[in-house]
Amino acid sequence: MFTRRLRLGAGLSVLALAGALLGACGSGGSDSGGGGSASAVQDALTKGGTITVWAWEPTLKDVVKSFEKKYPKVHVKLVNAGTGNDEYTALQNSIKAGSGVPDVAQVEYYALPQFALTKSLTDLSSYGASDLDGTFSTGPWNSVHSGDGIYGLPMDSGPMALFYNKTVYDKYGLTVPKTWDEFLADAKKLHKANPKAYITNDIGDAGFTTSLIWQAGGQPFQTDGTKVKIDLADAGTTKAATMWQKLISEKLVAPTGSWSDEWYQGLANGTIASLVTGAWMPANLESGAAAAKGEWRVAPMPQYDSGSNDTAENGGSSLAVPDASKNKALAYAFLKYADVDDGVQIRVDGGAFPATTAELQSSEFQDKKFPYFGGQQVNKVLAQSADDVVDGWTYLPFQVYANSIFNDTVGKAYTSSTTLQQGLKNWQSKLVSYGNDQGFSVSSD
Amino acid sequence: MSATIPFLRSKPRSGTPLEPRRSVTLTLLCGLVLLYSLVPLLWLVLNATKTQPDLFSSFGLWFGDHFSLWDNVKTTFTYDNGIFLRWLGNTVLYVVVGAGGATLLATLAGYALAKFEFAGRRTVIAVVIGAVAVPGTALAMPTFLLFSKLGLTNTPWAIIIPSLVSPFGLYLMWTFARQAIPDEIQEAARMDGASEIRIFFQICLPLLAPGVVTVLLFTMVATWNNYFLPLIMLKDPHWYPLTLGLNAWNQQASTAGGEAIFNLVITGSLVTILPLIVAFLFLQRFWQSGLAAGGVKA
Repeated sequence: MFTRRLRLGAGLSVLALAGALLGACGSGGSDSGGGGSASAVQDALTKGGTITVWAWEPTLKDVVKSFEKKYPKVHVKLVNAGTGNDEYTALQNSIKAGSGVPDVAQVEYYALPQFALTKSLTDLSSYGASDLDGTFSTGPWNSVHSGDGIYGLPMDSGPMALFYNKTVYDKYGLTVPKTWDEFLADAKKLHKANPKAYITNDIGDAGFTTSLIWQAGGQPFQTDGTKVKIDLADAGTTKAATMWQKLISEKLVAPTGSWSDEWYQGLANGTIASLVTGAWMPANLESGAAAAKGEWRVAPMPQYDSGSNDTAENGGSSLAVPDASKNKALAYAFLKYADVDDGVQIRVDGGAFPATTAELQSSEFQDKKFPYFGGQQVNKVLAQSADDVVDGWTYLPFQVYANSIFNDTVGKAYTSSTTLQQGLKNWQSKLVSYGNDQGFSVSSD
Repeated sequence: MSATIPFLRSKPRSGTPLEPRRSVTLTLLCGLVLLYSLVPLLWLVLNATKTQPDLFSSFGLWFGDHFSLWDNVKTTFTYDNGIFLRWLGNTVLYVVVGAGGATLLATLAGYALAKFEFAGRRTVIAVVIGAVAVPGTALAMPTFLLFSKLGLTNTPWAIIIPSLVSPFGLYLMWTFARQAIPDEIQEAARMDGASEIRIFFQICLPLLAPGVVTVLLFTMVATWNNYFLPLIMLKDPHWYPLTLGLNAWNQQASTAGGEAIFNLVITGSLVTILPLIVAFLFLQRFWQSGLAAGGVKA
């Protein structure tokens, strides 16, 4: 998802991960805030204090304001310590250095297992998180679990859907694809009619590819303690790779990286006609492709088999409490406020897509009409997608590293004669040897 | 020089040192290099005048439909409670204290190494020359760990203290001081009873001025454009220099729910380079005279 920044960050995080794994063995006795309880959280709120929050999510600003207003003795220092990988690098550096560690950090779902497994994060079960079953939609809620612990509270989610430019679809007579086969047919038709236009863009994006595998029912990554099993040739993975390979082979996807300015340009001028992506996309379209206002619509994610309703998550973040935090009870109180209580509505009003079932199912949320999408009630489609997320997906405990080398292996499929399946195989063999070097016991059957 | 020109004009001849032959190849080559350095600048100026939608819909090297330079500048300075102004102030602070301090230290040390005999002098020079070869980027991580032990990360000191050390500046001042200050001047001043401090500030420093300006320009540019060190040291946007701030603005577009503000990133970049251009225009007079002086002596 953030490929441009990955290289440098990965180098540093490899270093830091190694340090964290080693350090985890020797720091058992300093668990000052361990064994929290719900009453301790209440006490912390009345007593007050200062906590530092690292997050890049823009809507948290308003949440912090309202939190401080409700609990006047609490002061929250909200710091944007970088987006995605930049923040993880900074977080790992500060954990390693043993100073400057924040009390709360935004961590994307794909990165959470890495921090959880190195014991860099606090298990929130005893603070009251174990009572939150059913509060969040299944995808994000599973994502914050690691082993028996709960290492974060879901902040937002990205159930996937098809975002398409209706004006372009109408102009070239494309039907909104219900299956990936129809998606492929549309891709051919569009690109033939206008060689400058593409059905979507992709130059190799680990987050997107893993989401496709997720939707196809693949479970290539299995973790049990330090035992990891990687199988990037299982039935679901093969299904996803075969399907997407057709689009690559026929050069039907725009060679444009997501989040680049060319990307926003393509979304604005119609040369990128659709995106299959997470439910957080509306806010980005509104600000980044303002010129296309009124042209876009949202439809359910294309299916592998006609008639089924399987979706996956793409992106999304949790808020977590680093183990080195000195004020864990207060940190948890903030997590709960931002992710479960009043904060959720504040963030939804700011354009965020929630992970809580109450908001997802509220009629106020579902009935909201989006002028950017021609008045469509897009949340209805997106909330339905949250319900249809396929169960059983987990990320690797070193997914941050894995995604950083994605373009060196799987990415080759986009620029050479290597196929996606071969690329995935190369990715797998690199991941197996990296995992074993890091002290995991990785098998690949 | 002006006195000799009428004399030369009376018998014009191509190929004299003052009127060299024109070379088409060289002119073309220089023109290409000039174009190569000016086009990005031109792009920056032109695109700073565009609105965000215009950026995507208009030709890159010409104006867009709306001329919104002033709007862009205004929004740049007011966006997010005027954080840009704060970043500008931080950068100025880091440059004045960091680059200014680095120049002062390099001048003092270079002078001392060039003009005084003391035990270990050769070792110090060897270490300094060795240090020139080590890129600052390689030292960033150890420096970070060191500073976090001292509890100085996330403070302005984390940027200023490492900026104070400029091995290259020191090396430059050392070579410059060796050539620019004749031993006789120092000896004469000592005979007259001037203190070493006075000799340095009143007699040697004016001689060193061109070198000082060169080092100042180098360290200023380095500190003004410093990215990697602040990236590692600072987490609090209130202490960001412009480089980090602009990057943070640029990153906003690549995060779910973030507001894309490419027009502000571009206008902010233009505003960021203006002070450097001004500094060069003002200081190049000193610099040129310094180079010329060196040329005559050699």
